[in-house]
Amino acid sequence: MAVETDHGIGEAVAARIERRWATLSIVIVGVLVGMATFIGIHQATMPQGRVETADPGTLHLSGEFIESNLGSAVEADGSVTVRAIGQQYSFTPQCVVVPLETPINFRATSADVVHGLLIEGTNINTMLVPGYVSVLPIRFKALGEHVMPCQEFCGIGHQGMWGKVKVVDKTEFLNRTAAKRRLTCVD
Amino acid sequence: MLTNKRLILSHFWLAFIVFGAALVLGAWQMFERSPLNAWHFNPEFYYRSVTAHGSAMGYVFPTLIAMGFGYAITEASLEKPLVGRRWAWAGFFLVAVGAVVAMIPVSLGLASVLYTFYPPMVGNPFYYIGVVMVVVGSWIWVALMPINMAVWKRENPDKPVPLAMFANVAGSYLWGWTAVGAALEIIFQILPVALGLKSTIDAGLARVFFSWTLHAIVYFWLIPTYIAYYTILPRAIGGRLYSDAMARISFILFVVVAMPIGVHHLFADPQVGAGFKFMHSVFTGLVALPTLLTVFTICASAEIASRLRGGRGAFGWVRALPWQNPILLATALSLVMLGFGGAGGLINMSYQLDASVHNTQWITGHFHLIFGGAIVIMYFAIAYDLWPHLTGRALESFGLMRTQLWLWFTGMIVTTFPWHYVGILGMPRRMAFYDYANPAISPQAFSVSMSAVGGLMLLTSGVLFLIVLIRGQRAPASEAGAYRFSVPLHMPARIPVALNSFGLWLALMIGLTVVNYGYPIAQLMVLNETNVPAVYVGASR
Ligand code: HEM
Ligand SMILES: [Cu+2]
Ligand SMILES: [Cu+2]
Repeated sequence: MAVETDHGIGEAVAARIERRWATLSIVIVGVLVGMATFIGIHQATMPQGRVETADPGTLHLSGEFIESNLGSAVEADGSVTVRAIGQQYSFTPQCVVVPLETPINFRATSADVVHGLLIEGTNINTMLVPGYVSVLPIRFKALGEHVMPCQEFCGIGHQGMWGKVKVVDKTEFLNRTAAKRRLTCVD
Repeated sequence: MLTNKRLILSHFWLAFIVFGAALVLGAWQMFERSPLNAWHFNPEFYYRSVTAHGSAMGYVFPTLIAMGFGYAITEASLEKPLVGRRWAWAGFFLVAVGAVVAMIPVSLGLASVLYTFYPPMVGNPFYYIGVVMVVVGSWIWVALMPINMAVWKRENPDKPVPLAMFANVAGSYLWGWTAVGAALEIIFQILPVALGLKSTIDAGLARVFFSWTLHAIVYFWLIPTYIAYYTILPRAIGGRLYSDAMARISFILFVVVAMPIGVHHLFADPQVGAGFKFMHSVFTGLVALPTLLTVFTICASAEIASRLRGGRGAFGWVRALPWQNPILLATALSLVMLGFGGAGGLINMSYQLDASVHNTQWITGHFHLIFGGAIVIMYFAIAYDLWPHLTGRALESFGLMRTQLWLWFTGMIVTTFPWHYVGILGMPRRMAFYDYANPAISPQAFSVSMSAVGGLMLLTSGVLFLIVLIRGQRAPASEAGAYRFSVPLHMPARIPVALNSFGLWLALMIGLTVVNYGYPIAQLMVLNETNVPAVYVGASR
């Protein structure tokens, strides 16, 4: 680049190169945003659409999160609903059992402070905020066990807050639900 | 022409003392949670330490750097003494006293809430009061920067505001408005509960307010670094700044789009609907723009410097750069870390990919690489560059400076690459220790040990940095001359009003924040049943 030979020409060249780069940058950003939008709409992997609430003060007394209603249950349409709560410093149920290759509706909330929940080896990851219900459509493609730690600091026992998920064969799962409406690993 | 040298030096020294102390805590944390640690400490100490380390590194250290550097820029670029000297000292003391007020309850274990202090967990009120004092102290700086620019403009009606000052004022506006989110949360939600006037709090609303601050604060941390790229590097290596206008556009873009994107921190949260998450995700894409523009301008400016020194060839010019110059070295290492970190950032910004790394160790690895790495290494460069002008003594340990910078870079890579990796494996963040005997966790053990080794390298580099500065204070006196910023290759004869003032951009900044945050906040404010009981930490009430 001729730095000072011809100031006017140099300036015009500099401005042109710069404009090209700016355009390219805008295109890069546009493509990235477009890709995320397309994948989001196309594969329906958008976040929870609606805000739902649950009062942590009365969770254990009434509503969908009473203790006898926690765990995995088969719905009329063949899908499965899992309900869970997090509290300092455990999950209820502490071990969740789910069937393979089945659409699962995961519903969870917190009974006290902010917790989180992620299932290692999957993309399942959500916050549990007291007062609100986290809703997550999930599906497991392989048998096995996963650890399910709390991923947000929730107090001095946070490091001990690890749950588990067991993915079992669908028929085995259905056989077990015949005996009991709400399943956890211990049933 | 720096007149208030003591003021500026006080900011830098306090910043680096805080930094050094927090660095020790960081290295200890890394060791404590690794398999190298055979004894288990009381886990509560870990959370105390992370609260102290995070608050010091996130709130106190970068704020003092931005303030001190801001005062230096004001005097050096406007070539006149700072207006409001007394106020500036008052701001400094507020920050200093606030930091102490916040750290006392933290060190006593009465406020182990981490630097994000998510309610309904509520700690000792003095922690929050201390944080507010730090912010209010910095708001004095926020007010002084535009005032100084306005005074200068009145005296120099036909001249464009120097780029360094323009960017500095952009940073001050950005911080002023960024801090409002957390300030609203602390003052209206948390403090009434911490003081016992109320016992319930909306945890979801608090997270929304905090996200307003949490994202844009990173640009506040970043701005001194970008100012150094644009206005220090080209001069330090004997070159020119490629483009003055593009630099202004980059800083303006930060001011406008930094705030209305914070909800990307809430992608996995239940209290914000999909629509606003999507909006914020789109805007998040836009903040990549100023960085792409900056990288181009900086590389082009370096090329100019090299060609002026006789560098030739399409890539051969890179070799002709003055690599023994610490400012160049720091910038190059910073850009490499920014590149890696930026690639990681693109992953975080997409809702779908974020789900696999949200709140894992990937996130802590990511922000240490960008903030601790790319940003902080330029804070070192700023100090090295300014020191002789502040102390009136030469800094001559160039070899030591280069060693320090390389060690920081290497340490950052060794610390953060394995840190990212265990995050991909799903390791959750912010835990005092892990059961490495568990077969589900044992594959992560080696990587965490690596990070701990990197932590020691960083600590060593931090010590070297302080040694260089202390040596500088003791060197024989020598006149450093006037402090100058880079000159653009083509100085525009006239600058459009839009690139020389902030009215329009501030209106956009506030307007976009209101559009993107107004509805989610209003919706949660009318939802009364989501106020939940506070959970007090560290106190037996
Ligand atoms: C300038 C350098 C550094 C900066 C700016 C910095 C900043 C931060 C911040 C803001 C946090 C709070 C994170 C949170 O609560 O989620 C944090 C946490 C942490 N930092 Fe640093 N840090 C730095 C250096 C270090 C060093 C050298 C180490 C040691 C290797 C380190 C290790 C840690 C650890 C282990 C945590 C806790 C992460 C967690 O448990 O989630 N930091 N750091
Ligand atoms: Cu937890
Ligand atoms: Cu962010």
